[in-house]
Amino acid sequence: MKRTLSVLVENRPGVLTRVAGLFSRRGYNIDSLAVGRTENPSISRMTIVVDGDEQIIEQVCKQLNKLIDVIKLSDITDDPHVGRELMLIKVNAEPAVRGEIMQIVDIFRARIVDIARNSLIIEATGDADKIDALENALRPFGIREVVRTGKIAMLRGAKTKGMEASGDGTGD
Amino acid sequence: MGQETRMRTGARAVMEVLEAEGVELVFGYPGGAVLPLYHELAQTSIRHVLVRHEQNAVHAASGYARTSGRTGVCFATSGPGATNLVTGIATAYMDSVPVVIFTGQVPTSMVGSDAFQETDITGITLPITKHNYLVKDVDELPRIVKEAFYIAGTGRPGPVLIDIPKDVALAPCQTPIPEKVELRGYKPTYQGHPGQLRALARLLKEARRPLLFAGGGVIASGAEGYLRELAEKIQAPVATSLTGLGAFPEDHPLSLGMVGLHGKPCANHAVMECDLLVGLGVRFDDRVTGAVEKFAPQAKIAHVDIDPAEIGKNVRVDLPLVGDIGCVLKELLPLVEPARHPVWLERIKTLRNNYPLTYGPGGEVRPQWVIERLGEMTRGRAIIATDVGQHQMWAALFYGYTEPRTFISSCGLGTMGYGLPAAIGAALACPDKQVWLITGDGSFQMAMAEIGTAVEQGLPLKILLFNNESLAMVRQLQHFYYDKRYTAVKFTGNPDFVRLVECYGAKGLRITKQEEVVPVLAQAMQEECLVLIDCRISEEEMVYPMVLNGAALNEMLLPE
Repeated sequence: MKRTLSVLVENRPGVLTRVAGLFSRRGYNIDSLAVGRTENPSISRMTIVVDGDEQIIEQVCKQLNKLIDVIKLSDITDDPHVGRELMLIKVNAEPAVRGEIMQIVDIFRARIVDIARNSLIIEATGDADKIDALENALRPFGIREVVRTGKIAMLRGAKTKGMEASGDGTGD
Repeated sequence: MGQETRMRTGARAVMEVLEAEGVELVFGYPGGAVLPLYHELAQTSIRHVLVRHEQNAVHAASGYARTSGRTGVCFATSGPGATNLVTGIATAYMDSVPVVIFTGQVPTSMVGSDAFQETDITGITLPITKHNYLVKDVDELPRIVKEAFYIAGTGRPGPVLIDIPKDVALAPCQTPIPEKVELRGYKPTYQGHPGQLRALARLLKEARRPLLFAGGGVIASGAEGYLRELAEKIQAPVATSLTGLGAFPEDHPLSLGMVGLHGKPCANHAVMECDLLVGLGVRFDDRVTGAVEKFAPQAKIAHVDIDPAEIGKNVRVDLPLVGDIGCVLKELLPLVEPARHPVWLERIKTLRNNYPLTYGPGGEVRPQWVIERLGEMTRGRAIIATDVGQHQMWAALFYGYTEPRTFISSCGLGTMGYGLPAAIGAALACPDKQVWLITGDGSFQMAMAEIGTAVEQGLPLKILLFNNESLAMVRQLQHFYYDKRYTAVKFTGNPDFVRLVECYGAKGLRITKQEEVVPVLAQAMQEECLVLIDCRISEEEMVYPMVLNGAALNEMLLPE
């Protein structure tokens, strides 16, 4: 079962290592991990997608909470949220098939961001399903390279998972 | 006084925080990169104990912390100095001992260049510290050092490492020591949740065969008084983990002693028969539970711990309660009604009679018997440090601990070579107490260079060395699990330990016959210097009880 964790951490060197290292040394599998600064420059947000049963997820959350640099952790899987990832994909595109590729790009509301003689780079955002579908649709043309960011997520509506929403900071 | 604008180095700022934290004693080993700290240390009233190996500096700081309840401190240099600390740090981490470790580092400009005596010690110690720091800006130093003491000593205690590049230590530092620590990501929960407290009181009321299981958390939070009050109020027997020895007096009628793979038979049976098991500051380590699916099969399990990540980690828990053991027990006591469990206590009495702690036949001098005599002669009040091996389990089973902070051992990591440096730390922390090191010839040889430190510091340590010229706990494992093929467990090159300590200027005694035991122990206690007793025992001695792999706690092997 995949869970999406939204984790506020101190924006300091080494924090990513602490988080990633915790996963690897306890044998948990990270599906994806995306980090970036928040509205507060001293705080970063990590969106971590992790796969495992209930007991594993519980341990992951508790162990993450123990890190001094973790400010607030929320499992937002079951809350209504917008989840997106960004993909850059480079496909083979002989002039004869460009029209067809452009149609697919339109259907997925993606964008062409680079054109070379025999290839295109396409930029797409969306949830993982949509990105997977676009990748599959482009596969017959020959994919040269794919770069994906991993998921980032934000709760719908006025709700936030920021500092002000934090109860006791222990997250349990 | 007037630290506002006075120009001082980073190293001097570190000393100011140490003094403000009340640090009186530092264990360490100098080297190039940490010399700025040593330079300033000499200007303070803080005492420095020069060990013979960095690993033992952490062990000594940990022995000091365990016996005094205060945070231990140690210094080491960069590179090999720092990497030599690793086993000591991991040992402190596993047993939740508060230690602050300072390492020197190569200058900032050289960090990452594989410079002479450079290692990424914060990277190396990431999994074995509660937190660690590489200080890049001297103005952060006062805050970081203060934070480190706060983190090490609060919540679930643990080691914190601060790596200070040489240029940072020498740079001028203008920032004052902050008034207080503000860490938005670190807020340990001390008070128990009121609803959960009521639920625990209800479970205790409903239980007909309750069992309290006390661990190191009871001692760390100074909760032994509350534990005793609760046990007496509800007439519940109390078992302990290895780290929990001393949390409940073993001469108390409700005491069962240690639980686990080498636990006391009565305690192990009680775990299997109780209907409510209340874990207090314990980890439910695999050396406690045996086969986890067979552990406490009839019981509801309540687990109180300050670290939420420990609850439900190893055993299923029916009632979790996060908080400091002392705070929780204090709040719980008024909610709990006095109770009597005559049938259960009668059953415990029967178990005690049917399954006494015995040690069967053996060689001329029985180590178990020797430790029993030592327990009687010190009335269970001396501080006992141990190493790791058979002697450790005998010391846990046969001594009879009556006070907290008197059993000092590497319980979680099982670090051989821990005992002597930890005993040095204990002796420095508690000069008014008698400190005994119970060790084996294998463990002792891992740290025996520290005899030099102990003699140099004038410590009247008493060392009871069980000498069977072998690694007999490993031999015991080979006996049960590897067809009695005794590989690599025999020492043929042991020194004469009596002469060894005598060449350091200490006193050596020897026990080879049972009738020598009491007089020699008594003589050792009389001596005002360090005394080592070379006590010859048979390599065929076994630690019983023993729960074999995959078995439940009540399926113990006992001596014939």
